[in-house]
Amino acid sequence: MTNHWIDIRNSDVILIMGSNAAENHPISFKYVLEAKDKGAKLLSVDPRFTRTSAKADIYAPLRSGTDIAFLGGMIKHIIDNKLYHSEYMQLHTNAPFLVNPDFQMPGDLDGLFSGYSEEKRSYDKSTWSFQRDANGVPKSDPSMQDPNCVLQLLGKHFSRYTPEVVSDITGTPQEQLLQVYEAYASTGKAGKAATIMYAMGWTQHTVGTQNIRTMAIIQLLLGNIGIAGGGVNALRGESNVQGSTDHCLLFHILPGYLPTPKSSWNDLATYIEKSTPKTNDPDSANWWANRSKYITSLLRAHFDSVLSAAEDFGYDLLPKLDDGQNASWLMLFDRMFKGDIKGFFSWGQNPACSGSNAGKVRKAMAKLDWMVTVNLFDNETASFWKGPGMDPAAIDTEVFFLPIAASFEKEGSVTNSGRWAQWRYQAVPPLGNSRHDSEVMNELYFRVAELYRKEGGAFPDAITKLSWDYGFKGPDGKIHHMDIHAVAKEINGYFLEDKEIKGKLYKKGELVPSFAFLQNDGSTSSGNWLYCNSYTEKGNMLARRGQSDPSGVGLYPEWSWCWPVNRRILYNRASVDANGQPWDKKQPVIWWTGSGWKGDVPDGGWKPLSQPGTKKSFIMLPDGVASIFGAGMKEGPFPEHYEPLECPIEKNPLSGTKNNPVIKRFYEEGGLEEDVFYSCDQRYPYVATTYRVTEHWQTGVMTRNIPWLLEMQPSMFVELNPELAKEKGIKSGDWVKVSSGRGEVEAVAIVTERFRPFKVQGTTIHQVGLPWCYGWNTPNAGDSANLLTPTIGDANTMIPETKAFQVNIEKRG
Amino acid sequence: MARKAFMIDTSRCTACRGCQVACKQWNKLPADAEVNRGSYENPPQLTPHLYNKIEFIEKGEGKDFTWRFLNQRCLQCGDAGCIKVCPSAGALFHTEEGLVGYDQDKCISCNYCVNGCPFDVPRYDANNKVTKCHGCMDRVANGLQPACVKACPTASLQFGDRDKLIAAAKASGKQVYGETALSGLGAMYALDGSPQDYNLAENPSIPQSIFLWKDVIKPLGILGFWGAVGAAMLHYVTVGPKQLEDDFEDKGGE
Amino acid sequence: MELSRRGFLQLSGGTIGATIVGVGLKPAAAYAEPLAIQYAKETTTICPYCAVGCGLIVHTRGGEVINTEGDPDHPINRGTLCSKGAALYQLRHNDNRITEPLYRAKGSKEWKKVSWDWSLDQIAQKIKATRDATFMEKNAKGQTVNRTDGIASVGSAALDNEECYLFQKLLRSWGLVYIEHQARI
Repeated sequence: MTNHWIDIRNSDVILIMGSNAAENHPISFKYVLEAKDKGAKLLSVDPRFTRTSAKADIYAPLRSGTDIAFLGGMIKHIIDNKLYHSEYMQLHTNAPFLVNPDFQMPGDLDGLFSGYSEEKRSYDKSTWSFQRDANGVPKSDPSMQDPNCVLQLLGKHFSRYTPEVVSDITGTPQEQLLQVYEAYASTGKAGKAATIMYAMGWTQHTVGTQNIRTMAIIQLLLGNIGIAGGGVNALRGESNVQGSTDHCLLFHILPGYLPTPKSSWNDLATYIEKSTPKTNDPDSANWWANRSKYITSLLRAHFDSVLSAAEDFGYDLLPKLDDGQNASWLMLFDRMFKGDIKGFFSWGQNPACSGSNAGKVRKAMAKLDWMVTVNLFDNETASFWKGPGMDPAAIDTEVFFLPIAASFEKEGSVTNSGRWAQWRYQAVPPLGNSRHDSEVMNELYFRVAELYRKEGGAFPDAITKLSWDYGFKGPDGKIHHMDIHAVAKEINGYFLEDKEIKGKLYKKGELVPSFAFLQNDGSTSSGNWLYCNSYTEKGNMLARRGQSDPSGVGLYPEWSWCWPVNRRILYNRASVDANGQPWDKKQPVIWWTGSGWKGDVPDGGWKPLSQPGTKKSFIMLPDGVASIFGAGMKEGPFPEHYEPLECPIEKNPLSGTKNNPVIKRFYEEGGLEEDVFYSCDQRYPYVATTYRVTEHWQTGVMTRNIPWLLEMQPSMFVELNPELAKEKGIKSGDWVKVSSGRGEVEAVAIVTERFRPFKVQGTTIHQVGLPWCYGWNTPNAGDSANLLTPTIGDANTMIPETKAFQVNIEKRG
Repeated sequence: MARKAFMIDTSRCTACRGCQVACKQWNKLPADAEVNRGSYENPPQLTPHLYNKIEFIEKGEGKDFTWRFLNQRCLQCGDAGCIKVCPSAGALFHTEEGLVGYDQDKCISCNYCVNGCPFDVPRYDANNKVTKCHGCMDRVANGLQPACVKACPTASLQFGDRDKLIAAAKASGKQVYGETALSGLGAMYALDGSPQDYNLAENPSIPQSIFLWKDVIKPLGILGFWGAVGAAMLHYVTVGPKQLEDDFEDKGGE
Repeated sequence: MELSRRGFLQLSGGTIGATIVGVGLKPAAAYAEPLAIQYAKETTTICPYCAVGCGLIVHTRGGEVINTEGDPDHPINRGTLCSKGAALYQLRHNDNRITEPLYRAKGSKEWKKVSWDWSLDQIAQKIKATRDATFMEKNAKGQTVNRTDGIASVGSAALDNEECYLFQKLLRSWGLVYIEHQARI
């Protein structure tokens, strides 16, 4: 979230699309309803009428996988009716920038942008660029009238997204389409705020990243980013998925979103040179220019501090990807399926149910030599070898189940969706003989290190030179009790030597006050620069419980701590005009007093934009402004509607390019039977989507095992509309079989008006929906909806497309 | 003491069912084994282990479609059929705050409160003792909110001085269900629709037969030793003679 | 009726002693049992389910959890909870929790209970054997990569920040690059 939960109460219009907040983030509705009490409008856009829709002022159904068409129509509505916030766009976005005249768009190229290579299935992005002056700074037309400026091109691109065309793609009646457009676009002026609450309903598509981009563009057109009640708000699903992302349990990034080293970056200097964004604009802060300080401080935290600058502080000890190597989720299980992965950790996760195309995932596990699974409860991953269709005698995988403590049986912090990192304490010791995760990691560290010290082996330095200093060492040289505060402090970082900064001396061993103090000479450590400032000489900021809210807009700056540097609303310098005065005087986020900023921690402390020597407001981007034109995307600088890989219609009504042209196509490339998909195939005529329910969480391991929760939602179900049910002879409560090209599940039918058939291109399209919170390991609960979902991912992130695929449904025989 | 009450604002309920679980947690009630019958609503009705639940009500179609959520529980009647009908003094009673409490030690397992309730609320537990929402009388007596009310994220459930809750609901333009019926309910609804939209009786009343009990038999003082006989007579009045003997035979076994 | 945090603490006897003002334990009516959480120890925690980050109070007595409910001072949830958060108590009082390490041998049809010491030793040996067998110091182009593609890890958005940081540090020290978790799906 750019903003945070409490801030939702400051909105005038709330769009819940691609999420189902009332069901999956129920406490958010405390604030949604507070906003409504003050007159806000709630808009619910969802293929299915949900508990969120039940509270909405306007509900608009759309066919799964057509969000870009829906939102593209909104962009057209905003531009045609000049409902945008011109001054905001001129100051804070690249809307006025002039684009390369050779750049061409899908309207001219049948659904493609300029530079596409059919053979490589990717783009040469050279025309996706700005015209630049002699100094290399982008040229712009502040009046935003030049036909090559971003705003004009955006208008031209989305001129094709008329209400008729959009309705014909999405199945949304035009009346509701326009109601949503008008309500949302009413906030394109100073003093009005609209927010978007989205989640996996947007990310789990082959165009997931572009779904979010489309909305970000709308928010920038309307001046809704940086302000109270605005922003682009991803409602994250797990208690610490924000923190686990920040600490980068992901193949492509190191803690603090630093790129994983790759083979061509053979030393630290090359890493810094190649991975540091550059700008020629003296007015751009280009904050990532500090990358050298962050990677160096990370290395200092990871490895033995005796390693010197000449040894690149241990840079070579980090594993490096081959250039172009993609080690993401779908690739990981594809390689496992092919037998290339021998050992596997499933630490607090249940991929046998959460992985798209779960049948392939389960088969893949049978190819492992060993698996370590760490959890509170038995689950379908740990016990995959005795699951449906498995012959234990034929499976050679050794499996270790390590039981661990629950959240209140240990101490540490978790970061919520609003980036608040909150400390929690141990209420009771771990249950039975279960242990803290950190104690298990500690044991594994010492045991593996001991083996390498004793026996030698492959590249022992990476292990033996790791720093691991989180408590008192016993006579055996091992730590027997982990001090979690020592880890929190390492994440924040220390001065490793006496250092004078801006006239103040910081002593060796002191905690670094904030990331502005981090150094690239090896004199500071910080395990994650983004959390530098979280545990300082002032104490554990994460544990704070201050109740004050001096601004009155719900920032609670003394409650816990929020990254970065306790800034509660990101991009907040866009909440003010060139003179530093808030667009919204009633609920200001920051304001310039004439000598300094008041309110939230400003996004860079520079003076207002009208004053000389300042820096632009979007400090993380090289151009210093927000990207309405975003050349970083793989499929184009503007979003374009493409159909899901599996879809019910023959032709994309907008162009001859049916699917996202740059997705990795597993089936065609690898030819595995498990990866098969069926588009416009009569065997699988119905659109399907997956979701969660309030009463369960993720694959259900932590809720199916809670009797109070299982009581309320005891088993797998499929929701379908009465017309389809009648056609199929299905009644509510019947057991039915839902099948796709990958597998089938049994489910209880819930026949409901909450799903309605869609009228698309003159035909009737039925959609059904299934929760993915069940698994065979819970008696009588049914199995995972992910047995049905495909092996295909978003072009930018490789997040699987589990929100739109094709199925059949039959009454169980 | 001013009469306390629940006000249940249906327009604010998102059916998160925090109330359902918070109640079980505080009162340490076990889960029932359930199956999906083609609805989110589970268990389908109040049970001895379920003092409050959300009813999911789908009505209409297309643009007229509505999905409403109703918190079902003991409505804590001012004129409470269950108390009226109860033959065992002190087994069911009004608390100081006006809630309908019960004392299982005094419950004689006669089941009459079930018949006396206009809302089909009281249940009997494994020990054959009455059980139902008691408004968390232990919490309320100690100045805390009932567990369900405390948990409710959207203030759909409120608890406080009855008069103030009614005034506040009316001030916000809501229709109050249960303000006067049955001498005023101690759990009222602020409805965003008609009672029919929520499958609620327009004019809830205690079954007529109860009045015979209250006005004729109970004043005769047939309690205590005579309780069982009185109870039998009530059973005769409300159910008829057929099961009378069976009932006595069952009791004989205890 | 809104109870302040202070009032709540007083009521349950968590930290503040004798004098109880305003919300005091008035002479209980005959039906009012002593409050179950009176004089219990209170520990604040954050809900382990979704990412709203609601605060809870865990009441314990004699080292065991006796009650869990919303933290009234938490600025987000203000003491409220959804059904999942309200069910936290059953994460502790739960017959399904696994409390001993388990091992499933090759071809076996069942789990068997094993010791921590044995499990950890076995796992350490497996990590080393697989790592040694699959480690690449250089890739096909002769560039230094120092990694293993033979071991993979998924999880965990359920860990605390400190554990996430430790976990990635540990995995990367072993040379893993196939490191993924819930954020990718």
